[in-house]
Amino acid sequence: MALRDEMPQVSAGSMADIAFLLLIFFLVTTSIETDSGMNRLLPPIDTISTMDVKKKNILAITVNDKGELLIDDDIVALSDLKLLAIEFLDNGGAISSDDFYCSYCKGKRDAKSSDSPLKAIISLITSRDAVYEGYISIQNELLLAYGELRSREANRLYNVDYSSLEAMYNAPDVTSAEKEKAKKKIKAIQNMFPLNLSEANRN
Amino acid sequence: MSKFKKNNVAKSQEISTASLPDIVFMLLFFFMTVTVMKEEALKVENILPSATEIKKMEHKDRIVYIYVGKPTQNYVHIVGEEPKIQLNDKLANVSDVGPFVLAEIAKKPSHLRGFVTVALKVDKKANMGLISDIKQELRKVNALKINYITYEGEEIVN
Repeated sequence: MALRDEMPQVSAGSMADIAFLLLIFFLVTTSIETDSGMNRLLPPIDTISTMDVKKKNILAITVNDKGELLIDDDIVALSDLKLLAIEFLDNGGAISSDDFYCSYCKGKRDAKSSDSPLKAIISLITSRDAVYEGYISIQNELLLAYGELRSREANRLYNVDYSSLEAMYNAPDVTSAEKEKAKKKIKAIQNMFPLNLSEANRN
Repeated sequence: MSKFKKNNVAKSQEISTASLPDIVFMLLFFFMTVTVMKEEALKVENILPSATEIKKMEHKDRIVYIYVGKPTQNYVHIVGEEPKIQLNDKLANVSDVGPFVLAEIAKKPSHLRGFVTVALKVDKKANMGLISDIKQELRKVNALKINYITYEGEEIVN
């Protein structure tokens, strides 16, 4: 009763409706960012290097048009690829007097497999009819293999994970001196296990 | 005991809805800040593959997008069912990729031009031949930094 004498109040009841309307509008017209992916550097076109590579230093992965994965002509399950890649990269077959002797390798040191991670090349040949999804999962497995080896070395040398080194480098609040330090470590690890991936496609 | 009961029995309290607009506005602002406006309508199907070893792409101003996938229903009768490339809002051929990327790079401020990444948003069912062709075109125009955009998650073992 007392209210009647006072100033009439503006009803705020519909405010929620208006805000909901705006909210729904923005929900419909926007998309949450999904931009994350695998970075890759393509080889420049003018440097078609024809270097002699020993066959044992190449892990030839072929994807046929059915999406099947073949390593040296044997069909391999995708889940085995990571271990095979690690075994190949980490083999360190060169003898200790060789220039490329790999002191940090923990592999089998099989003379028939790669000499050193520096020389080991993974060759990925995909059929034109292979499906992109399969290609991405193979890339993913290979990156996992490299990541595991790099992490192992990062743990041994600097007592941190490789991914946390990268995180340190990319962190926004890091000082430039720390950034430089992280970069040096990353480079050192990358030089131990360089990403030698050769890609081609076959008709 | 009786002290508490008395109050409740006397009248059931109404919940005030006065703060509801504030809550909704809060939600609204949250969505406004974490989302981006869709830049162009997709004319190709674009269900990305999933991967785990991925990195977030920083610096949105240095990215050129290329979409690849099957044309959506509306365009199937015009361009057929084969996977197509979408550049900005046009369906294009492989030979258009190079000039498009160069034009996009030229649009960027000069200090960013060296750092441009080409982001490939490729439908997971696209075939590798088309991707290889695109990569070859990118190599021709010396746009070597690429990124395969994927969703985050376990890949499906095929």
